[in-house]
Amino acid sequence: MELKTKISANDDEQGLTITREFDLPLALLFTAHIEPEIVEQWMGTKVLKLEAKKNGSYQFETSDAKGNVVFRANGVIHEFIPNQKITRTFEMENAPFGVQLEFLEFEQLTDDTSKLTIHSIYKSVALRDQMLKLPFAQGINMAHNRLQDIVNKLK
Amino acid sequence: MNLRRDVFQAIADPTRRAILLLVASQTMTAGAIASNFDTARPTVSKHLQILTECELLQQKQNGREIYYYINAKNMKEVADFIEPFRQMWDDRFNKLESIMKNYKPKN
Repeated sequence: MELKTKISANDDEQGLTITREFDLPLALLFTAHIEPEIVEQWMGTKVLKLEAKKNGSYQFETSDAKGNVVFRANGVIHEFIPNQKITRTFEMENAPFGVQLEFLEFEQLTDDTSKLTIHSIYKSVALRDQMLKLPFAQGINMAHNRLQDIVNKLK
Repeated sequence: MNLRRDVFQAIADPTRRAILLLVASQTMTAGAIASNFDTARPTVSKHLQILTECELLQQKQNGREIYYYINAKNMKEVADFIEPFRQMWDDRFNKLESIMKNYKPKN
């Protein structure tokens, strides 16, 4: 079976590319990235702020079951073209990874299918690699847990 | 047989990733590994078997005990541990897709 989500990361480049084709019209794929209550559901984090516009900013926060904040991230939006492109920064707070620059490109494939390409650039290859290893190093990824919680509630 | 793919499947499971992390720090017996999990002992044994078959773990007999240790060479081949990262995004995007299939626009 072909993998729907692909990652490419060259050893000598401080970036990585995530691509994914969706069984969704382009407009719905884009909407999923700008409506806070939708982003919350699939990213598995609380969205404190999401200004979907040029020079806008966003803030995510995730708490564990006891209410302790376990993850907080923020960024600013540099370029915002509906149904085409979002260029933004992303930075995890209280984490040693530094800021990363993300280019999100949205493409229509057919009336009912679309494609997302995320190109992320890190300050160095080493920081990129650390970020890539994070889900492994955490054993069980936080976002994955949150996702599991949502799925369990649906059952 | 595509061994790489099997390795990826092996580390896609959270319990198996946790086992690898444990054993990465020290060589351990099956009993010692199992004592770290709430999971039933046979389940942990099954995970150890899969990790051994994928050659991420190796066994060493020492008296009556079997010790498990990390096969560093193969762990390195796990493509810089990219697979769990990919899996994380794949899970997120699957979720996105299913949410938006049922999406009703506001207003």
